[in-house]
Amino acid sequence: MSKSNSISQVPSNFDRFVEVGRVVLVQDGPYAGKIAAIAEIIDHNRAIIDGPSTGVPRQAFAFRHLVLTSLVVPNLPRNAGTGVVRKQFDASGVAAKWSNSSWAKKREAIQKRRKTTDFERFNVFLQKRARRDLVRKAVKKAKA
Amino acid sequence: MVRTTIKPHQTRRGFRATGSSPIAVDVSPKEVKVGGEKNGGTQNHPRSTLRPSITPGTILILLAGRFRGKRVVFLKQLESGLLLITGPYKVNGVPLRRVNQAYVIATSTKIEVDTQIAEKFTDAYFAKEAASVKQSAEAEFFEEGKPKVKAAFPESKAADQKQVDKAVLEVVKAKENLAKYLKASWGLSKGQFPHQIVF
Repeated sequence: MSKSNSISQVPSNFDRFVEVGRVVLVQDGPYAGKIAAIAEIIDHNRAIIDGPSTGVPRQAFAFRHLVLTSLVVPNLPRNAGTGVVRKQFDASGVAAKWSNSSWAKKREAIQKRRKTTDFERFNVFLQKRARRDLVRKAVKKAKA
Repeated sequence: MVRTTIKPHQTRRGFRATGSSPIAVDVSPKEVKVGGEKNGGTQNHPRSTLRPSITPGTILILLAGRFRGKRVVFLKQLESGLLLITGPYKVNGVPLRRVNQAYVIATSTKIEVDTQIAEKFTDAYFAKEAASVKQSAEAEFFEEGKPKVKAAFPESKAADQKQVDKAVLEVVKAKENLAKYLKASWGLSKGQFPHQIVF
């Protein structure tokens, strides 16, 4: 992790960098919504990403379709093969950290909500209404 | 970034065959009697189809007509291709009625409806009685200078409605909140688009 810019010696305001081992969230294509690690940086626009334990095959991917996460696979050598990436990825426990993050949880909740049927949404509405009613009554009682 | 996710039958470069065969539908033309001596007596008309998402017992959302926004129960498709639906009347005021399937949204909610209850209903059942003698507009609406008393809803039809609703209600009440769901109206609020919503 390079938290400071060595040329100017001034600490950077950024804390997420495009670097080998950086865990990214894929935003486009068939693997959208999955995470992968950067194995090698190709140029200013693309990197080779690899997520053997998350189901993302090794491929070149444009940064504009990736989002950097705060997670990093430490000590990943440059241009490591899929086998090494898998080993380091699993050893670092990045997948668990990701699924425990509020970001991943919120994403999952949004996906779940999007898939609900009309009747399920109606049931949610009923339960929310019941909750509102409870809160309103409790507040009124507490104020009195 | 909002991007459409690729569905299972899509690849990054296009579509691939899913392997599953489409649902078998009778597409053979329907022979229909036509008048006029030069018309050959009969003509072949395309057979009416039904969306695969609509099966007996499917909850539909009506989109047009005076009952738009109502959630109703689908019973069967009539010979003309129109859908026979009921509210049930007791729950949301929608009677036994024919609707065009183009103006409904099929939800994924289904109930187990006995198909026997809808057997007797045909297009003829809903046809309006033809007036025997052509009346003037005055005679149609007024009688002795006063507005005509509306003819009462035929008792036999009211009984039919009750009979169908009884069977449907039994199933509806078995599922929690379903009667409330049917009673409530459907609508879109700001920022909601029907093609993005799962029903």
